[in-house]
Amino acid sequence: MTGGKLLSLAAMSRLSWRNLWRNHRRTLIMLLAVSVGVWAMIFMTALMRGMVDQMIADGIDALPGIVQIHDPNFRDDPSIDNSMPPPGPALRAALDSPPVRAWTRRIKLPAMISSERDSRGVILLGVDPAHEIALGFDLESIVAGRFLEGPDDSGLVVGKKLLERLETDLGKRVVVMSQDPENNIADRGFRIVGVFKGKLSAQEESLVYAAIDTTQTMLGMGEQLSEIAISGDDYRNAEPVYRQVKAAAGAGLEVLPWTELDTYLGLMLGVMDGFVLVWIIVIFLALSFGLVNTLMMAVFERVREIGLMQALGMKPAAILYQVLLESLMLLALGLVLGNLLALASILPVRDGIDLSVVAEGFEMMGASSTLYPALKLTDLVMANTVVIVLGVLTSLLPAWRASQYRPVEAIAKT
Amino acid sequence: MAEIKCVDLCKTYRQGDTEIHALDHVSLDIEPGSFICLSGPSGSGKTTLLNMIGGLDALDSGEISIDGKRVDLLGKGELADLRLHRIGFVFQAYNLIPVLSARENVEFVMQVQGISATERKRKSMEILKEVGLEGMEDRRPSQLSGGQQQRVAVARAIVSQPTLVLADEPTANLDSVTAEHLMELFRELNEVHRVTFLLSTHDERVMRYAKRLIKMQDGKVVSDENIINN
Repeated sequence: MTGGKLLSLAAMSRLSWRNLWRNHRRTLIMLLAVSVGVWAMIFMTALMRGMVDQMIADGIDALPGIVQIHDPNFRDDPSIDNSMPPPGPALRAALDSPPVRAWTRRIKLPAMISSERDSRGVILLGVDPAHEIALGFDLESIVAGRFLEGPDDSGLVVGKKLLERLETDLGKRVVVMSQDPENNIADRGFRIVGVFKGKLSAQEESLVYAAIDTTQTMLGMGEQLSEIAISGDDYRNAEPVYRQVKAAAGAGLEVLPWTELDTYLGLMLGVMDGFVLVWIIVIFLALSFGLVNTLMMAVFERVREIGLMQALGMKPAAILYQVLLESLMLLALGLVLGNLLALASILPVRDGIDLSVVAEGFEMMGASSTLYPALKLTDLVMANTVVIVLGVLTSLLPAWRASQYRPVEAIAKT
Repeated sequence: MAEIKCVDLCKTYRQGDTEIHALDHVSLDIEPGSFICLSGPSGSGKTTLLNMIGGLDALDSGEISIDGKRVDLLGKGELADLRLHRIGFVFQAYNLIPVLSARENVEFVMQVQGISATERKRKSMEILKEVGLEGMEDRRPSQLSGGQQQRVAVARAIVSQPTLVLADEPTANLDSVTAEHLMELFRELNEVHRVTFLLSTHDERVMRYAKRLIKMQDGKVVSDENIINN
């Protein structure tokens, strides 16, 4: 007697395919459930990832720099007393070498701005315009006037909302006051030369840009700085830049990557991959009940037939593969439809979904009012893998039950 | 050809509190090339005996061997192999796979055996013609009458030339002409190819073809006689 063989894959596939369509309605409903589930996994993941990416990008864009250097006390007390000296030769060499892409010096201090009608507390940013632009300042955010033109520019650039609050306008003069190193009030009149529109409304109200040399002179702080901001090629991987700068900065300065400067955003990035997987699995769990039920029903409906196949010489393992193949076909079809559905719903909105109606709520979370879905290949692969692997595992129960029928009992079933 | 030895077979089923002795110490020797009819009233144990010999059910006690190999000691996989290569089954209720056409049903066993597609097609077309189903090869079971379905089931049972055919009431749903034709086919296979036939039946027309008639009652063999006829 030769060993019994399994049915060829082609024959098994034909049988599985026909079995699948025995009950059109049930299969279509399950197919719809799998497709919608897969669509939800991919589409919602793309939205969530898009939102987090945007939050991080906006957060970093607010004051560009994936690594920053400060005096060790500056973050606790961002005053002029906690300024730092300009970079020495070693640090400058590190800042001028890859993987550092660009860097800039900044003054960043609390100040008071007054127009002829109103006064507001703001953050005075003394920047070197050319370096700030190289670092990532978006010139398109200037909606009126111009940006600063050099380190000794005497103009001031303010946010659109601040302009409204101060009830002043482009070209008018305002007074900026802050404390100098001797704890005396230092002030200076500036003409508003530019108005910017921030991605977050909070930026528009709280930041004012002045030229760095002008600011240092006004505050009498010499060459002292508040911070040095550094950019690299990928904000997701700030580590190489951080290591290089940290090594050159020495112990007297605090060097931190953006994930530690803004722990909320850093945490978001860190947990996003895990969150996506949990999200996909949660959707799959909801799906799996339907899948098991469908396969169980399909098996119960043809117990007699399964008994017959065994009576004709089909081994239990072949019965198991047969049911698994049916499940695999259902899942594969659902995945194809779900993926197509997801692509069809993501591609038309890849230029952004306008959420201005609920923009304030989004801005509270640090996100801008336009949401850009971020479809990542790894998310697609993860969703498809989870559905196939867990789907087949889930199908093992009905498949195993089918393979364990005793032929004589199965054939006797009506 | 298959030589079958059954020694002291016992099988008891339980229905509620009642024990039903489907086989009660049945012993039989079946010579290779036999053509045997099992007769007896419903519940006499005919189908149980066929199921036991075919390895579809497990004995409570006793021994069954086919060509010296103990069937009652085989595992599920080995039993599947035995049925696949040595035994053809014809069930009373046709038992065709509804999603396959007549030809695909006939080819099913050969497919599991790993026979090439060309050979399968040739054999299945040939056997379907032989059982009078030429032109109906592509019909699904639901598109065939009861008699036609039974002929497909018979074609499936004999197409791979098993050495033993176990048939449970094979003519129960057939008209007399088809039944006669089927029995002639069985006889030819028995006489030309020396296939052993073990049939359970109530049908006098079938019994006329038997070379040996075993009567059963209450799970026991009550008579066993060789018939010289035809």
